[in-house]
Amino acid sequence: MLSYQFDWSVVTTGKYFEWLVSGLGLTLQLSAAGIVLSFLLGLLIAVLRMSHFSPLRWFAHVYLEFFRNTPLLVQIFFWYFGSYKLLPMAVNEWLNSTNFEFAAALIALTIYTSAFIAEDIRSGVLSIPKEQMEAARSAGFSYIRSMQYIILPQAVRITVPPLINQFLNLAKNSSLAMTIGVMELTYQARQVESYTFKGFEAFTAATLVYLVLSVVITALMDQYNNRVLNPQRG
Amino acid sequence: MDGLFDFQVITNNFTYFMVGRYPEGPLGGLGLTLYLAAVSCILSFFGGLILGLLSLSRHAAIRYPVNLFINTFRGMPLLMVIFWMYFLLPALLGKTVPESRTVIMGLTIFTSAYMSQIVIAGIKGIPKGQTEAAISTGLKPWQAMVYVVLPQGLRNMIPSFVNQFVSLIKDTSLAFIVGVSELTHVATQVNNRTMSSPTEIFIFIAVVYFLICYAFTTLSRWLEGRLAWRKAI
Repeated sequence: MLSYQFDWSVVTTGKYFEWLVSGLGLTLQLSAAGIVLSFLLGLLIAVLRMSHFSPLRWFAHVYLEFFRNTPLLVQIFFWYFGSYKLLPMAVNEWLNSTNFEFAAALIALTIYTSAFIAEDIRSGVLSIPKEQMEAARSAGFSYIRSMQYIILPQAVRITVPPLINQFLNLAKNSSLAMTIGVMELTYQARQVESYTFKGFEAFTAATLVYLVLSVVITALMDQYNNRVLNPQRG
Repeated sequence: MDGLFDFQVITNNFTYFMVGRYPEGPLGGLGLTLYLAAVSCILSFFGGLILGLLSLSRHAAIRYPVNLFINTFRGMPLLMVIFWMYFLLPALLGKTVPESRTVIMGLTIFTSAYMSQIVIAGIKGIPKGQTEAAISTGLKPWQAMVYVVLPQGLRNMIPSFVNQFVSLIKDTSLAFIVGVSELTHVATQVNNRTMSSPTEIFIFIAVVYFLICYAFTTLSRWLEGRLAWRKAI
């Protein structure tokens, strides 16, 4: 049926191997920066969402719903093609002087993922029974200290697994950056394919890299689940 | 805001955004987006059900390969799955495959892997006593699954299925990459043709996606509340 000659040397040596490695480098950079930024932004949005001041709460609510219910690809296109009308001149000039493709992809990934992270953090905090806060307050802790010593340490333990899941999604979603010309892993695999017609080899290599990434992250998560969440079983 | 935005590009191309060149030409735009999402959703419901049931099998020889299959697709970016279909389908079938069918295949396999997790969670959520009671009344294990456990489990899975459908609607935007003229592709086309209002175009389609996805997200929450209420009784 198939008269296809496999040639794995295409993707394991030479120029094309280097392309794939540089693509992986960019994927890792984009993912790492996205993870840090989206966590910080997500934390901020989660705090706003739980604020006692209703305008802030509403802002966070609209933010969450809007960015969660819009495709990431459209958000990437918006930042890449359409954001210039909304941003001040100085910001546009600065963005154009940098690597704008990378910046647009990073902004979109960060904002998109932060909306999911904020929800995970919020549900982690809400899952701690109200009585914990009441007990802490009646034991004389201030609101901030109760959060710091009683609520957050418990909430973080519950929130870590879904957060890691979001980080994994972010790493996979970073492949969409190829659509605006960021030369990350998927882009390079496509590139190798169009130069060599060795699509099977190129895509197998890229797929394996993504799988290794997710297997490693999933294994870490299982470790965490066994050690921290269910210590009696581990 | 006056003068900053010019939404005329939207009103001029409104039918093109909504249905593409239909009825003279093929369906496109939002219509095609919904078509892709709906077909993939129905197919991946059955895909997820089969994968979920197989991965709960008592036979390791079935369980392990199925889990490997599921985890492989869950560990891959969807974009990669679509590229794979794009190359593999014509090679395997020995003929060209329409792009929209390629995308439906990619979305279906990818989403089935996720749906299977919903199915597994739903089945595990039904107390073991139900299966034991069913078997002790003389049903075979598969009958206990089909007549007793699944009907209850499926009802609990409905909100998660709706959420997955929302993800699917968003994921159809990736059909853009192989040139299927759904909403995102239409938007880039109009953008390339007019060259003047990218901000307006992408805000417009973001809002269109949002309205549809938000409606289904709300539906899913409502269903969740209703099911919780029924369980409490």
